[in-house]
Amino acid sequence: MSEHKVNEVLDTEPTHHSEHIVSPKVYGVIFAALLVGTAITVAASYANFGIFNPIVALGIACTKAVLVILFFMHVKYSSRLTKLTVAAGFFTFIVLITMSMTDYISRAWGLW
Amino acid sequence: MHDAHAEHAHAPHLRHHFETVEQQREASSFGMWLFLLTEIMFFGGLFTAYLIYRNWYYPAFVVGSHQLSIFLGTFNTAVLICSSFTMAMGVHASELRKRKELVGWLVATLVLGSVFLGVKAIEYHEKWEKHHVPGLNFSVQEFTHPSDKYKEEPPLPMDMAQKTQVYFSLYFAMTGMHALHMIIGVSILLVLIAKAWAGHYTTGHMTTIENFGLYWHFVDIVWIFLFPLLYLISRHQ
Repeated sequence: MSEHKVNEVLDTEPTHHSEHIVSPKVYGVIFAALLVGTAITVAASYANFGIFNPIVALGIACTKAVLVILFFMHVKYSSRLTKLTVAAGFFTFIVLITMSMTDYISRAWGLW
Repeated sequence: MHDAHAEHAHAPHLRHHFETVEQQREASSFGMWLFLLTEIMFFGGLFTAYLIYRNWYYPAFVVGSHQLSIFLGTFNTAVLICSSFTMAMGVHASELRKRKELVGWLVATLVLGSVFLGVKAIEYHEKWEKHHVPGLNFSVQEFTHPSDKYKEEPPLPMDMAQKTQVYFSLYFAMTGMHALHMIIGVSILLVLIAKAWAGHYTTGHMTTIENFGLYWHFVDIVWIFLFPLLYLISRHQ
């Protein structure tokens, strides 16, 4: 059946083209950065930064998440549609959280 | 007629409603991301609840979080990051069409995922033994009258001590939903490993592996936020 013959050019998924493949070296570097980030966030939790402890912890967590999204999840190498989708999703999420928080902050924070 | 057919020759994995495999792959990836965005909203709701209640019942959340083991939490974080790395390498092996490598990386991911769940089970068991499971097995004794083991903890008044149940409810809801996602992931991995062994994802069609990778990394990201919020940030209060 000729119609089921795979056309190498058109019918294989394009990730085997060199420009789409992320090299294992990149994965290794990101992997190491994530482990270092974990070590830093644990170490930072033993230091007393007062009200900045949660901010430092969340800052490190956001950095780690961005590394995972960009490299492990290939968003850095993806189409504009994918990038827009991811960005729009996080933007909507932040809008929702901000609106909930605005409501709570405006109700005598801490005096329930 | 025969020529017309030859013109439309296509790979067996190309569904007829797509023009090209590239279009099919893009649509599939797009759909997977839309699903993950709904997951972000779902976990985001839990995170927002945690944020608000933490400010609301702050002393209860501080002593509650001191009950968790930082060692086990850190260990599990490292395990999950390792599993994300092995998953990324699995996708890479699939792109290079190396069947045995792909199976190897997927098995490594499966093992690491199972280790994570095992450690989580140990932590849950400890919560049960310490009577820290709201609704099933809960006692405020340790928070109103701290035992010698936790003598640095200030004793809480009864009404605030009761609110540690809010902390533990959110702890179980968030880590429980995360663990459920891990269990689903591990189950899917079993199927993927069997199909990968049969050579399904190493012939130029690796969308399934890629999308599963996206799911697995997403679950990792959720834990990257759960770990500091539940285990770490109240260390000094």
